[in-house]
Amino acid sequence: MNNIKYILGSFGDPDEMMHGIEKLQENNIKIHDVYTPMPIHGIEAKLGVKRSRLDIAAFFFGITGTCTMLSFVFYAAVLDWPVNIGGKPHFALPDFIPITFELTILFCAFGLVGSYYASTHLFPGRAPRVMDLRATDDRFIIAVDAKQNTEHNKIDDLLKEAGALEVKHNERKYISYE
Amino acid sequence: MSGHNESILREPLITGKDITYAKITNDILMPVENKPNKAWWIGFILALCGATLWVVSVSYTFWFGIGAWGLNKTVGWAWDITGFVWWVGIGHAGTLISAVLLLFRQNWRNSINRSAEAMTIFAVICAATYVVSHMGRPWLAYWVLPLPNQFGSLWVNFNSPLVWDMFAISTYFSVSLLFWYTGLLPDIATIRDRATGTRKKVYSILSFGWTGNVKTWQRFEAVSLILAGISTPLVLSVHTIVSMDFATSVIPGWHTTIFPPYFVAGAIFSGFAMVLTLLLVARKVLGLENYITMFHIESMNKIIILTGSIVGVAYLTEFFIAWYSGSEYEQYAFINRSTGPYWWAYWMMMTCNVISPQLLWFKKIRTSIPATWILSIVVNIGMWFERFVIIVTSLHRDYIPSSWAMFYPTWVDVGVFVGSIGVFFTLFLLFLRVLPSIAIAEVKLLLKSASEQAKLQQIKEGHLDKTHVAEYVESLDKFDSVKQEDYAKI
Repeated sequence: MNNIKYILGSFGDPDEMMHGIEKLQENNIKIHDVYTPMPIHGIEAKLGVKRSRLDIAAFFFGITGTCTMLSFVFYAAVLDWPVNIGGKPHFALPDFIPITFELTILFCAFGLVGSYYASTHLFPGRAPRVMDLRATDDRFIIAVDAKQNTEHNKIDDLLKEAGALEVKHNERKYISYE
Repeated sequence: MSGHNESILREPLITGKDITYAKITNDILMPVENKPNKAWWIGFILALCGATLWVVSVSYTFWFGIGAWGLNKTVGWAWDITGFVWWVGIGHAGTLISAVLLLFRQNWRNSINRSAEAMTIFAVICAATYVVSHMGRPWLAYWVLPLPNQFGSLWVNFNSPLVWDMFAISTYFSVSLLFWYTGLLPDIATIRDRATGTRKKVYSILSFGWTGNVKTWQRFEAVSLILAGISTPLVLSVHTIVSMDFATSVIPGWHTTIFPPYFVAGAIFSGFAMVLTLLLVARKVLGLENYITMFHIESMNKIIILTGSIVGVAYLTEFFIAWYSGSEYEQYAFINRSTGPYWWAYWMMMTCNVISPQLLWFKKIRTSIPATWILSIVVNIGMWFERFVIIVTSLHRDYIPSSWAMFYPTWVDVGVFVGSIGVFFTLFLLFLRVLPSIAIAEVKLLLKSASEQAKLQQIKEGHLDKTHVAEYVESLDKFDSVKQEDYAKI
């Protein structure tokens, strides 16, 4: 009994899982995390996941791209090697809009996705911290830390009552990926 | 999301009975987790032959130079740039489906976006190979990049549309790849968690350690939406810039301000046609009829009529403006296009792009799989001729009649073009084998709201307006994956 690290409630239906979250929260049982095969809308409010600031980051990455391209073109076409093309202005701004736009998008996209990977710890070769193999297939998993919440039988009952198809008591936090 | 029902007046996006989350995973991963069937091998071997032809033709071009092609001093750009614009155009549907349709909350994109994005990436690869091979000295391809060099530094000409094009295509390619791969992460994790041995290790690395916890999913959706927001103007800018390669020149027939919107419409037109060409075969061979339904096919056909008609209007506008401009050269360029020595190419383009897609106004035709498939190929033939007509007929009789010439392709021209189709199909067929061809997680989202079985459940509960039910059942008539008998009892 004491070796149990995590209690996993495995649901076959997202609505039942949401119900399970409510049940646990009504009984003041803290939820460690929830693993699902698809995004569940409205779950972040329940679990207190803060609003993403990635949009703000994306904006600043984009602006950085704009400034980089404009200043680089200014350096290349005006300061470093001005070319006289029929006496037209060296800094022909309308001509530089397309490339500035492209670089804005490029910086924005790479900065955004890079910050996303960094903030959610995604990178090639990272060992997957998987608690239940079916969480990416057809099961919706609620994980409860068994050390912090000691009323194991109550948790089991609550999960089953909410419609969990299976309740697992895991002695290891993650399924080994070695 | 899953808590409420979708109106019965909307057609289902997933058909079939007893579809569960597990069945969706099994169905979509069937080609990835099993050995390929005969149809795949036949297709793959044919495609590989094409790819070999491409390697031979491109190597020949690199070795002997551009002289291997049928170009002459009047027609200095022909099949190479035709092929390039054709492929870039095809490469527009993927991002359009994944980005624009996401912004418009069109849920039917969920089951076609993955393969459309893959197609985009492979089409842009094909297009990029043309850019490199038409340079003549491909080992100097890095000269298009603004790198510090020992000529000064002499920078690239930032006023040139060809330089803009380099920026546009490379940005488009890398952003599409990012968008596609980020969307793939949850599905790669699904494969990983079902695999064993080496497979598990490989997919484990590729999955970036995805687990599907709340925060990752929530951020994932935010990222998808922002990427869709920035990809939408990006996809429009790319073909706009491609059109500027022509529109900013002084060649009659090229320097028209209508080019950007006209090229963008044409790109979407040909891209959707290519998506149909591929998916109609894939859904049959891979048994995905329940996920790529008649509703998807019909919706894509509707986009084809819309964009095909825009292209048709653009053709007529070009003619009108040529006459209205009062410029003799401009007028001649267009008269020559339709009645000169290349009249057959012009009328081929008109027939394939403007006339034949109008057949899709008939419901019988746009919900018939063989007819749609043939029309989708006809559209892409037409779109190839469109680029050929714009490029070659504008050049071959440019200014002085003494320098007028015709263009005759050599076997190398043909080899590079046919070969690039082989490269495209090789990549696409490999994709079908190693990655899920439908976004598994996104299709799962639709199961409880937009599937046929969820709607059937609603009907059985019996609180619905009878006329709505009748209308719904009637709309199912066109689906090849739905049996009308099932509804006879209700």
